[in-house]
Amino acid sequence: MGLLSKKDSKLIFDPLADNNPITIQVLGICSALAITAQLKPSIVMALSVIFVLGMGNVVISLMRNIIPSKIRIIVQLIVVATLVIIVDLVLKAFAYELSKELSVFIGLIITNCIIMGRFEAFALGNGPWRSFLDGVGNALGYGIILIIVGFFRELLGSGTLFGFKVLGDSVEKTGLYALGYENNGFMVLPPMALIVVGIIIWVQRSRNKELIEEL
Amino acid sequence: MEHLELFFKSIFVDNMVFAYFLGMCSYLAVSKKVSTAVGLGAAVIFVLTVTVPLNWLLDQYILQRGALVWLGAEYADYDLSFLSFILFIATIATMVQLVEIVVEKFSPSLYNSLGIFLPLIAVNCAILGGSLFMQSREIETLGLALNYGFSSGIGWFLAILAIAAIREKIRYSNVPAPLRGLGITFIITGLMAIGFMSFGGMLTGGDDANQEVEVVSVMPVNEMSNTEPSEEALQEIQTEVNETIE
Repeated sequence: MGLLSKKDSKLIFDPLADNNPITIQVLGICSALAITAQLKPSIVMALSVIFVLGMGNVVISLMRNIIPSKIRIIVQLIVVATLVIIVDLVLKAFAYELSKELSVFIGLIITNCIIMGRFEAFALGNGPWRSFLDGVGNALGYGIILIIVGFFRELLGSGTLFGFKVLGDSVEKTGLYALGYENNGFMVLPPMALIVVGIIIWVQRSRNKELIEEL
Repeated sequence: MEHLELFFKSIFVDNMVFAYFLGMCSYLAVSKKVSTAVGLGAAVIFVLTVTVPLNWLLDQYILQRGALVWLGAEYADYDLSFLSFILFIATIATMVQLVEIVVEKFSPSLYNSLGIFLPLIAVNCAILGGSLFMQSREIETLGLALNYGFSSGIGWFLAILAIAAIREKIRYSNVPAPLRGLGITFIITGLMAIGFMSFGGMLTGGDDANQEVEVVSVMPVNEMSNTEPSEEALQEIQTEVNETIE
């Protein structure tokens, strides 16, 4: 960690586990669930959020002294919306199929609570470099959960990863399917995303007792 | 009929929370007590009913390809739809601000019950999601857009009311410690979503593919007898029958 001081690396690595935006801060769940039926859209979504949050945090932090506090929400929304339009156009140009699949959920990055939350809580009070690290860190924490959920849902639901048949062919009964294994079609349906996230929270909190909520 | 179908479809089949997970952040954060949940739910219904038709007008007369034709024939080729995110969110943010000011002026009691939730709503995914779905589903008339906004709002309201009631009761149960609070809420929402999936069969003709099947089976009998199969088709059937007999 020659590049980052101890304080700075804390900004990046804290949100990955003990201060994870999804499982601990309960932010940004909307988009996290709807697009995780497969691994590929989850990764694209994670990358988009890393870009938007990293850049947005820098922009807001550069402008923090000239934004009138009364209209800051609208200013923040405009900054995010501009960045999201860039992401949307890039996806439409280079990965059209994927952008169709993600449909409105790229647009919904605008109202992803993680982004507004980090703008309010961090970028408005810190310099650009630290804001950038904080943005990337939080987006990574968000992305990790997305990728874990996407991994399990695709593996158990369709027996594939990135579309490759990891467990053998389910039609021709090769690999695991020869032993009588069946895909769990339930994992592909939307409600299972909620339950998988619930299980991740369960595992995380039983490993780290300090995170358990008081009643 | 069209209105009634859209109404029930948006509440139950395409429920904002259970089918698309929109507005989950405030759904999880504000569902600890029924009374606050009702306040937020009502505010969501209100704002969705106002912003979806407004954004429909924006979409029809400014953003869509060829929408600017009312300015003059030379604008017919303009396509501004890439601006829709920024215009929709600006409309929502200003409307929320405006509604807040108007409600505060004319009905202080309503303001006291809704007031704290209104700023929260500008960044609620359900509101922007409503407008984006309205755009991507190409809703045809202003009336249908109004209906869509209102009924999706009711769907959201139902969802948050139900989870708040469950969370109030679950306080007395013995939930495993690591699952307490957030974890169990996620799992309950998942189970509720599975329940709501059963509404999927309530309305026929949801997808295009289904609709075509419907049309064929609904055809009146006397009309069906009028449509005589062509000779080629008859021959094909005969050869098939012969083959199976052989």
